[in-house]
Amino acid sequence: MRTAQAYSRTRYWRHNILLIVGLLCFWWLVTFVPAYFALELSEYSIFGWPFSFWMAAFGAPLFFLSIVGFYAWWMGRRDQCARRVSQTGD
Amino acid sequence: MSQEPLSQRSLNAQLFRGYAAYTVGFCLLVLLLALFEIMGLARQWIGYAFLLVTVALYAGIGIMCRTSDPVEYYVAGRRVPAVFNGMATAADWMSVASFIGVAGTLYLTGYNGLAYILGWTGGYVLVALFLAPYLRKFGRYTIPDFLGARFGGNWPRLLGVLCAVLCSFTYLVAQIYGVGIITTRMTGISFELGIFIALGGVLVCSFLGGMRAVTWTQVGQYIILLIAYLVPVVWLAVKQTGEPLPQVAASSVLQQVSEREHELTHDQSELAVRALWQARAEMMQTRVSGLPDTHETEQQKLRLQLLRARANDAPMGEVRNLERELAAYPKSVEGARMAWSKARDDYAVRATAPQPHAEPFASRTFELTDAVRNNFLAIVLCLMMGTAGLPHILMRSFTTPSVDAARKSVFWSLFFILLLYLTAPALAILVKFEIYTDLVGSRFADLPAWVHAWSAVDRSLLNIVDLNRDGIVQLAEIHMGADVVVLAGPEIGGLPYVVSGLVAAGALAAALSTADGLLLTLSSALSHDTVFRVLSPKMGPGRRVLLSKILLLIVAFAAAWAATRTPADILFLVGAAFSFAASTFFPVLVLGIFWKGANKWGACCGMLTGLCVTVVYMIQAQPWLRHWILGISTSEPVSLWWDIQPIAAGVFGAPAAFAVIVLVSLLTRKSNPVTDALVDDLRLPD
Repeated sequence: MRTAQAYSRTRYWRHNILLIVGLLCFWWLVTFVPAYFALELSEYSIFGWPFSFWMAAFGAPLFFLSIVGFYAWWMGRRDQCARRVSQTGD
Repeated sequence: MSQEPLSQRSLNAQLFRGYAAYTVGFCLLVLLLALFEIMGLARQWIGYAFLLVTVALYAGIGIMCRTSDPVEYYVAGRRVPAVFNGMATAADWMSVASFIGVAGTLYLTGYNGLAYILGWTGGYVLVALFLAPYLRKFGRYTIPDFLGARFGGNWPRLLGVLCAVLCSFTYLVAQIYGVGIITTRMTGISFELGIFIALGGVLVCSFLGGMRAVTWTQVGQYIILLIAYLVPVVWLAVKQTGEPLPQVAASSVLQQVSEREHELTHDQSELAVRALWQARAEMMQTRVSGLPDTHETEQQKLRLQLLRARANDAPMGEVRNLERELAAYPKSVEGARMAWSKARDDYAVRATAPQPHAEPFASRTFELTDAVRNNFLAIVLCLMMGTAGLPHILMRSFTTPSVDAARKSVFWSLFFILLLYLTAPALAILVKFEIYTDLVGSRFADLPAWVHAWSAVDRSLLNIVDLNRDGIVQLAEIHMGADVVVLAGPEIGGLPYVVSGLVAAGALAAALSTADGLLLTLSSALSHDTVFRVLSPKMGPGRRVLLSKILLLIVAFAAAWAATRTPADILFLVGAAFSFAASTFFPVLVLGIFWKGANKWGACCGMLTGLCVTVVYMIQAQPWLRHWILGISTSEPVSLWWDIQPIAAGVFGAPAAFAVIVLVSLLTRKSNPVTDALVDDLRLPD
């Protein structure tokens, strides 16, 4: 029983780490890539704005909000599952 | 929602009802004052009304929430619902620099100013992924508490206290300085008196009720600052384009601004004015290179000019200008070198064409786009890590009821912050349009009243001179400080004065809410972590809270005193606070949670290294700081590492801290079952 619990804990943590790494890569992608290539990307336009300007002013912050929201929602669901499992396990 | 206990839900409903009534009441107050303005109430009284009513509101909430229970005092009883905690964090977070500075910086620097928006929002991703849930799981009172428990012993805790005091105090001084400026503008009372009145409002709140009172006041302050930011922007947007959504309006205005920029770059009279500035810059250069002889000869020349002007019965203004110039003449050769080099650089900037608003990495002072880009990326990274390391923001994850609520609270914080940050770029563009089309090309004889009012307040904020004496305003003749864009925005757009009062009240709310949070962080670091945990652990809960309140008073007055003495630039102070946080707390907290191997010595050495690298870089790269501490003249060139400006010093401190923590922890490796158990517990689902 103990080992099973320890196993599920490690799995929970590993899953969490994977999720964090994935979201962090996305965060890096929406922040630093468009900013680094801002000059080149300025020629394209989106919703009437130059792409680089729009990305830094509106796009990236909205992506940040969705990253934080997704992580909170996903982990909230996983925590609930874990609680249910530990209740039935006891 | 259905899983929350009934009491929580009824608390939520009660809070929503209360704050809805508060919002309606505030709107009625604004409408009432608007009515009075139409009936002819003096402008100064509108300012007084906004100042007194809002400060009284905050103090009232503070008195209603007074407490002397430690859990209530330090962490608001740990039952602030996620939405409201998010709102309070947003108010805690948005300081004068956010409220006034962001749109102003965007106005002045265009795309480059977006570094602040990116950095200050992206940091919340780091808070949500790396810190907030684990700090809540740990669940004590302060950040040094966490360091003490995780790394063991008093050294990490005390270093944590030192860093918390350093970040928060620097930041607090900037806030109080901002409060002073705003109250002076709003009512015309003196700077010192303004600081102390506002301080009274802050103190009643945090002194009586601690975190509980501060949280509920901050929610109220957020509502006011949001209304104050959105009303003028939406009004301007509707006025200019008929479109109520500022972002949509700004995208069409931006094209007109860009066309106008292009026009102004090649306009004949603009070129003539720029040539005059260039001539002045060159004149200053000849003066500087002629030192030390020119120090004497220029003074002689000035005296002669004054005598001649008096003899010829020149106009009074001219004589007075010459007298003033002579009185302010640099006393020493070194002083002259510093003053003239600065004047030369200022003139040289004004001699350049306007930079295109939406073009990335355009710059009036740097020639190299690469250097501007590196600085942009460095500032973004530094602000992000700093956001995730500022103790007064991290402390807010302790006030939520659960780990899940802590995660959700970060989401709501970012949501409420974005409501304001996403309109700042639009505001900058709308104000720019007004200036480019209305002010530029108008006649000096009929300048609008706000120009006179604001240039009277401070010449560095707004200054328009008819350099080529043609009686018409050219863009190159206008000098605008960043603060004017938001504070004078309503007047620039021709909105009624009540909107200006509202904006000032919003800026005041932003400054006060941040000051409240910082004061609490400072006083709990000193009382809870230093006196109670280290010096006298047997102290009872009642006395602990009392001690914390006394320290709070002392810190508040110390900060007010410092604010009346240091006329440093606010943006640099704020940047310094972020650099300190990025290079001390962020590395040590992240490694403490995610790497079991990080130990006491690693943490201590890492924090010290991060701090030292940051401080050393700032001192050697910031001319006035270097002059102040080392006595080296500001005209000496500074040596920058990879062209990175000192405001982003944290990008050097943070990696150094990470490296040292890992290295020292590996060298002094020792397995510690207590720490392992603590970290394991942090990682468990709630």
